[in-house]
Amino acid sequence: MIANAYELIVYILTLFRVYEPLLNVFQALGAEYVLRIIIVLVEIAVLFVFVLLTVMFLTWMERKVVAMVQSRYGPMVTGPRGLLQPVMDGVKLIGKEDIIPAKADRWIFTLAPFIVFIPALLVFIPLPFGESLIISDLRVGLLYIIAISAISPIAILLAGWASNNKYSLMGAMRAVAQDISYTIPLALAAIAVVLLTGSLSMVDIVNAQGGAWFGVIPQWFIFIQPLGFILFLIASIAEMGRIPFDFQESESELVAGFFTEYSGMKFAMFFLAEYAHLFAVSGIVVTLFLGGWTGPVLPFIPVQITSLVYFLIKTYAVIFFAMWLRDTVPRVRIDQLLNLGWKIMVPLALLNLLVTGFLVTAGVMV
Amino acid sequence: METDELIINMGPVHPSTHGVLRFKLRMDGEIIKECTPVLGYLHRGTEKLGEMKTYLQFIPYTDRLDYISAMPNNYAFVKAVEELAGIEVPLRAEYIRVITMELNRVVNHLVSIGSLLMDLGAATMIMWGFRERENALQLYEMLCGARMTFNYIKPGGVREDIPEGFIPKLNEFIKDMEKRIEDYEQLINTNEIFMMRMKNIGVISAEDAINYGMTGPTLRGSGVNYDLRKVEPYSIYRDIDFKVCVRRECDSYARYMVRIDEMKECLYILRQVVDTMPEAKIVSNPKYGIAPMTGAPSAVMPYFPRIFTPPAGEVYSRIEAPKGELGFYVVSDGTTKPYRVKIRSPSFCNLTAIPGMVVGLKIPDLIAAFGTIDVVLGDVDR
Repeated sequence: MIANAYELIVYILTLFRVYEPLLNVFQALGAEYVLRIIIVLVEIAVLFVFVLLTVMFLTWMERKVVAMVQSRYGPMVTGPRGLLQPVMDGVKLIGKEDIIPAKADRWIFTLAPFIVFIPALLVFIPLPFGESLIISDLRVGLLYIIAISAISPIAILLAGWASNNKYSLMGAMRAVAQDISYTIPLALAAIAVVLLTGSLSMVDIVNAQGGAWFGVIPQWFIFIQPLGFILFLIASIAEMGRIPFDFQESESELVAGFFTEYSGMKFAMFFLAEYAHLFAVSGIVVTLFLGGWTGPVLPFIPVQITSLVYFLIKTYAVIFFAMWLRDTVPRVRIDQLLNLGWKIMVPLALLNLLVTGFLVTAGVMV
Repeated sequence: METDELIINMGPVHPSTHGVLRFKLRMDGEIIKECTPVLGYLHRGTEKLGEMKTYLQFIPYTDRLDYISAMPNNYAFVKAVEELAGIEVPLRAEYIRVITMELNRVVNHLVSIGSLLMDLGAATMIMWGFRERENALQLYEMLCGARMTFNYIKPGGVREDIPEGFIPKLNEFIKDMEKRIEDYEQLINTNEIFMMRMKNIGVISAEDAINYGMTGPTLRGSGVNYDLRKVEPYSIYRDIDFKVCVRRECDSYARYMVRIDEMKECLYILRQVVDTMPEAKIVSNPKYGIAPMTGAPSAVMPYFPRIFTPPAGEVYSRIEAPKGELGFYVVSDGTTKPYRVKIRSPSFCNLTAIPGMVVGLKIPDLIAAFGTIDVVLGDVDR
C-alpha cells in the first residue's frame, strides 16, 4: 500500500532499481536527508506544474464553454482550436507595464497578489488526486483546507485597501462579507460528511465512499447527503466568487472590484489564483460528495492512473457545471446574497447536521 | 454607527453606463442617498448643425442621434419636413418605412435587453441578441448598404426600392425571431435571480412617469396605455392591427416585459406589412414627378428634390420611436435651410426619472433600473 506521493516516487525509483544506489551514495556522504528533500521538491514541482497547466487549460476551457453557450467559437487563432491562447495571454500580461498607483500603499499593494496566490496552491497539499497521489495525507485535511481558504479574504481586503480606490475598497468589503458568510455553511455541510466518516483525512473520506449498494450504485455521499451536497456546492461557488455570486469583481457595478488598479503580472496572479481555486474547490466537492477518485478498477492498468483519470473526469464535470452556471444566470445583489447565506443556508446546514448526527448516533448511517 | 458619506463618480468611463453618462452618487455604504446624472459628454451640437445644413443634408445627422435605432430618427425628421412642405408619400414607400422602423424596434429591444442582462451579469443574452441583430443588420445592408447609419428615408419616399430577395429573407428573419424570443423567455423570464433583481426595483408610478415626460416602453411599463402609433396614427399604422403592450407593475421587470412583448408585436406587424405590401411607386414629389417603381439607384435618385425649399412655417412632428416619443420641431423661413431644429429625444426625457427612482436603493439596483430605461447617449446629448 503506497500512502502518498513520496512513497510513490520511492516505489517507482525502486522499480527502476535506482533508489538503492542513490540512497547508498547519499548515505555514504552522510546526507540521507538531502535525497528526501530532493524527492519532496520534485513532488512540489510536479504539483506546481500540474496546477499551473490545469489553470491555463481552465482559462481556455472557460472561454470555450462561454463561447459554446453564446453560439460563438471562442479563441481559434493561437494554436489548434486556440489551445495556446493562455500562453499568449501570459506573454501579453508579462509584457504589460506594472503600474502601482501613486497614492497606493506600495508594499501591501505588491504583497496582496502573493497572499492570494500562495494559499490557492497550498490547498492542494491534502487533496487526493488519485490512489496514493497525494502530497501529504494530513489527519486534519479538511480542516486544513477550510482554514487555508480563509486566508484569501484577508488578501483581498489588503488589495482593496492598498489600491486606494473607492471601487476597489467596496469590492473588497463585499468579498470579505461574502467569504465570511459562506464559509460557515460550507464548513457545516462538510462537517456532516465528517460525521459519516469519523475522520478529517481526505483519504479516509474517499475510502469511505469506495463501496457500492447492490453492486451497482456507488456509495457516494451525494446520495446520503443530497442537501449537504447542494449547500456545499452553492457555498463553494459563492466562496469562489463566481457568477451568480461574483460581487467582488461585479464589473457592471464596481468596474473590476478589488483588482481594478492591478495590471500586468499582479493581475495575472489574481487570475491564476481564481482558477486554481476553482480547480481546488471542484476537487474538494468531488472528494467529499462524488466519491473522489474511486471508480471501477481496470485490469493491467496501475490503479494510480485510472484513479487520476476518474478524479479528473469528475472534477471537470463539476467545473463545467460552474462554468455553465456562469453563462446562464444573472448575478444576485449583495444583500440578497447575505440573506441567502445567513437566513437560508446556515439554518439548512445546521438542520442537515442535526439529522445526520441523529442518524449516525442511531446507527442508521455509518 | 457614525459613518461618512461617500461620493462616487460612476462614469463617464464605466462599463455599465453605456457610453459617456456620468452619475454622481452620494452613498451611505451601499445605499444611494442621491443620484445626479451629469450629461453633455457627447454633445455634438446637432440642433445647431440643423440650422447650418439644408433639409436633405441634415438627414444623415439624425442617424447619429440614437444610433441603435437610426431608422425612426430618419423618419421623424423626414416626416416633419414632409408635413412642412406638404409632400404626399406613395403607399409602397410608407410600407417600406414601416418595415424598416419595426425592424429597428426589434433591433433596439434586442440591444436593450442584451445590455441590461449583461449589466446584471448574464453575458449570454447580449451575444444572443447580437446574433439576431446581425441578421437584421444584414437586411438593412441589402436595403441601403449601411448597417447602422442609414440615411435611407427621404422626403417623399425612400432612397431605393427594396431589392430582390429582401422579402424572403425578412420572412426568414421573422420566423427565426419568433423562435428566438421563446428562447429568451425561457432563459430569462422566470429566472429566480433575475426576478429578485428586477421586481419592485426602480418603481415609478404612472403619475410620476407622466410628470417626468417619460414615454415609450418605460411609460407603458408603468401601466399607461399610450402609444403614438395608436394615439396619433401616422404613416400606415391606422390600417395595421396591433395591440399596445402595457404592464401595470411599474417596476424594472414590467419595463423588461413590455420590451419582450413589443418585440413579438413588431414581428406581428412585420408579417402583416409584408403580406399586404402594394406594388407601387416608391417616391413622389410634386415638382419632380413620379419615380419609376423599380430600377437601379441611379434611376431613382434624380427624382429626389435636391434643393428643397419648403414654405415658411413651423411644425412639430412626433413618432413612437423604440425608446419613446421622438419629436422634431422644425421652423422654416422659406430658405433651403431650417431656421431652427429642436429635437425632443426620448432618452433624455426618460433619463430625468432616474434620480427619483433609485434613491434608497443600492448600486446594483441603479444598474438594473438604468438598464430598463434604455438610454442611448447619442440621443441624450444632441
